Amino acid sequence: MSERAQRLLELADDELILGWRDSEWTGVAPSLEEDVAFSSIAQNEIGHARALYELAARDLETTADELAFDRDPSEYRSAPLVELRRMDWAHTIARHWLYETADEIRLESLKASEDAEVAGLAAKMDREEAYHRMHAAMWVGRLRGDERFETAVDDLWPYALGVLPEEQRGELAERIGRPVVDAVERGGHSDELRELWEEMTMVRRSVPGATW
Amino acid sequence: MIFEVFRQERRGQAFAHAGSIVAPDMEFAEAWAREQYGRRQESEALWIVPRDAVTEVHDFPDELNKTYHRVDGYSLKAKLKEARERAGTAAS
Repeated sequence: MSERAQRLLELADDELILGWRDSEWTGVAPSLEEDVAFSSIAQNEIGHARALYELAARDLETTADELAFDRDPSEYRSAPLVELRRMDWAHTIARHWLYETADEIRLESLKASEDAEVAGLAAKMDREEAYHRMHAAMWVGRLRGDERFETAVDDLWPYALGVLPEEQRGELAERIGRPVVDAVERGGHSDELRELWEEMTMVRRSVPGATW
Repeated sequence: MIFEVFRQERRGQAFAHAGSIVAPDMEFAEAWAREQYGRRQESEALWIVPRDAVTEVHDFPDELNKTYHRVDGYSLKAKLKEARERAGTAAS
């Protein structure tokens, strides 16, 4: 697999799995307004995943759906941060903020890429992510200093570092205001990912080969 | 706090009341209104107004039944037709 396809898959898997996890708040978010907003953000992430899979699929001579749903869970390249399940709202917002901050650093570097397709897609995604960052910043402004929230950020910090390659972690540490520590790296997956995969691919697996 | 949200569907059109948002402050109201009323590209622009800033007026007495203030019964259609006919005649 080309370096480009691999990087695209990492990014696509992050966005798909996070979109899926965030959508688990649909119907049970802290308020009706937040429910709609957070679900909409989740859908945006899945839209980004689709665009990234489509680009990767061309390189790999397959389709976006096959990449998203037909791989074994062990083949996903997602960061462990996005796989974690059943977190409280403090952890959810902590993850949202940590991920969006890391993603901003990643998108900045992709926008400067010599690969025009990748740079163009990164720029499109970034225009939507800007609103996700506003949403995250607004919640962090409200929760910062709250013990549950700060504990959640501490819990997730090693996972957040694992979203980025080593050379970008210093920048993340600066923006979040925490020191670089040993990261929870990509490649290992929790049992939680398999559960999510079972659910996510259930309909597609029920009629193999069907066209949706 | 309750915020009233007004939505403009197309550039140049009048803003119409879309609904309300319960939010702790304007920052939250803006983020939530954006998703609630803009995520499907259904709005060109939004106005977000704290409900307290809205002055409601609802008393319009008409004790003496001044129907001449209203246009009911005044057939614009017939007048227009007539005017068009006259204009048509003048032009020819």
